[in-house]
Amino acid sequence: MTLNQYYYCCLGIVKREIFRFFQQRSRLFSALVRPLLWLIVFAAGFRAALGVSIMEPYGTYITYQEYIIPGLCCMIVLFNGMQSSLSMVYDREMGSMKVLLMSPLSMPFLLCCKLIAIALLSLMQVYVFLLCAQFVDVDISFLGYLTAAPAVFIIAFFLGALGLLLSSLIKQLENFAGVMNFVIFPMFFLSSALYPLWKMQEASIWLYRICQYNPFTYCVELLRFALFGQLNSTAFSVVLSVTVITAVLALISFSPKFSQKR
Amino acid sequence: MGIVTNNLSFAYGKKQALNKVNLSLSTGFNVLLGPNGAGKSTLFSLLTGLTQSAQGTIHINKDDLSSNKSKIMSQMGVVFQQSTLDLDLSVKQNLLYYASLHGISPKKALINIDTILAQLSLTERLHDKIRTLNGGHRRRVEIARALIHQPKVLLLDEATVGLDVDSRLLIISYVRNLCAQRDICVLWTTHLMDEVEPSDQLIIINKGEIQAQDQSSKLCEQHKVDDIYQLYFALTHNTEAV
Repeated sequence: MTLNQYYYCCLGIVKREIFRFFQQRSRLFSALVRPLLWLIVFAAGFRAALGVSIMEPYGTYITYQEYIIPGLCCMIVLFNGMQSSLSMVYDREMGSMKVLLMSPLSMPFLLCCKLIAIALLSLMQVYVFLLCAQFVDVDISFLGYLTAAPAVFIIAFFLGALGLLLSSLIKQLENFAGVMNFVIFPMFFLSSALYPLWKMQEASIWLYRICQYNPFTYCVELLRFALFGQLNSTAFSVVLSVTVITAVLALISFSPKFSQKR
Repeated sequence: MGIVTNNLSFAYGKKQALNKVNLSLSTGFNVLLGPNGAGKSTLFSLLTGLTQSAQGTIHINKDDLSSNKSKIMSQMGVVFQQSTLDLDLSVKQNLLYYASLHGISPKKALINIDTILAQLSLTERLHDKIRTLNGGHRRRVEIARALIHQPKVLLLDEATVGLDVDSRLLIISYVRNLCAQRDICVLWTTHLMDEVEPSDQLIIINKGEIQAQDQSSKLCEQHKVDDIYQLYFALTHNTEAV
C-alpha cells in the first residue's frame, strides 16, 4: 500500500461522514439549537443569580454567558462524538460495517480516519456556534478563534474515541440510547462546564472530587484557556493522556479477535 | 488461482457450523448450493475474513488469509446477502466511498464506475439516493461496487434472493459473462437450484459438510440422477422437499 492510497482512503472516509452529516438535516439543526438554547435561555436566566468572580484565564468579571461558552462548545463536541459513534452501531446493524472491514487497509488506520472525520465535523459545528454566540454579546478574539481549533480537535478526538469504544461494546441501537444517558449527562453536568469547580466545592466536597476526576472537566478547561489564546498545560496533559488511552482501547475493541470473543 | 480451504472447521459455541471443509475452487463460475442453515454463510464469512477460524486454513490465490489479509482483500470483491449500501448516500457516493477504502483515487474510480454502471444499465441512476432504488437496482449497485477495484476473486452470497425473475436473470447472466471475459474465480452461493448450469463447478454443502464437489453434469452422472434437483435431494437427504 502506498501513501497515496492511505490518503485517498482517509479522504473518502472524511467525505462520507460529511455527506452523511449534511444529509441528516435534523442532526445539523439540533447540534446548533441545543447549545444555543442553553446559551440564550438557561444562561440568561442564571446570569443574575450566578456571578462569576475573577478567575483564570479571565482578567476581569465576566458574564455567565461568557463563562459557559467553552462548556457548551464541549457539549457540541460530546454530542457529535457520541452521535457519530452511534452511526457505527447503526452501520453494524445494517451491515455496512462489513464494507469497512473488507478494506485492505488496516483497521486502526480506518478508525483513525473516522476519528479525524468526527473531529472535523465537531470543529465545524463549534465554529458555527461561536459565530452565533456573537449575537448574545460573547466576544472572542481572532487569536481565540485560531487557538481554539487544535483544542477542539483533540477534545473531539478523545470524545470520538470514547464513543467508538462504547459502540464496540454495544450490540444494539436500543442499548446505546441508555448508555448515552449514562455517559453524556453525567460527563457534562459533573464538570466545570456550567459552574466553576470552586463553586462546586462550596456546595459539596464529593461532587467536587467527582468533577476533578472527570476528564470532561479538563476538556472544558483546555478550551476555556484556548479561547483566550492560552495553554492550560495541566488540562492539555490530562486530555492528551486520556485521548491516547481511549483511542488505544477503542482500536483494541474493534480488532477481529476481540469482537469475535464477545 | 482460486480458493483452497483445508480442514476448515467452525463452531458457534457448541454448535458445529462447519466440519473439516476441504474446497478447491479454480477460476470460473463455482456454485455453492445448500439448504438454509447448511453453513454457506458461515463459510462465506470465513472466506471474507469477517470471522476467524481456529481450525483449518484458507488460501486465496495461493496466499494464506490469516497472514496476507490485506493483499487478499485488495483482490477480492464481495456481495453480501444483506444489503450493505448506505441508504442516505447516492449511488456515486457509495461507490466512491468503497473505492476510497481500497485506496483508489476518485478520478480512477469514476472511470471504472462509468464502465461498470453502463454494463449494468445503471448510468442514469448515478446521482440517485440508494433509498429511492428498488431491490434489483440496489443489488446491481452492490455488484458494481464489488467490481470497482477489479478483483480476481468475486464472492456473492445469495445475491438474487428476494428479486423478481428479470432482475435475477440480469444479475446472473452479467456475472456469468464477467466470468467468461475475465480470468476470475466466482463463488456464487445460493439455495436456488435453477441458477445452476451443467458446466458450473458445483459444491453441495449440508450440515456443515461438503457432500459433493465437481462439475454439475459430472456429479449428476456419478450419482445417476437426471438433474440438479434430484442430485440435491439425494445428497442433502431432504425428503421433506421431495
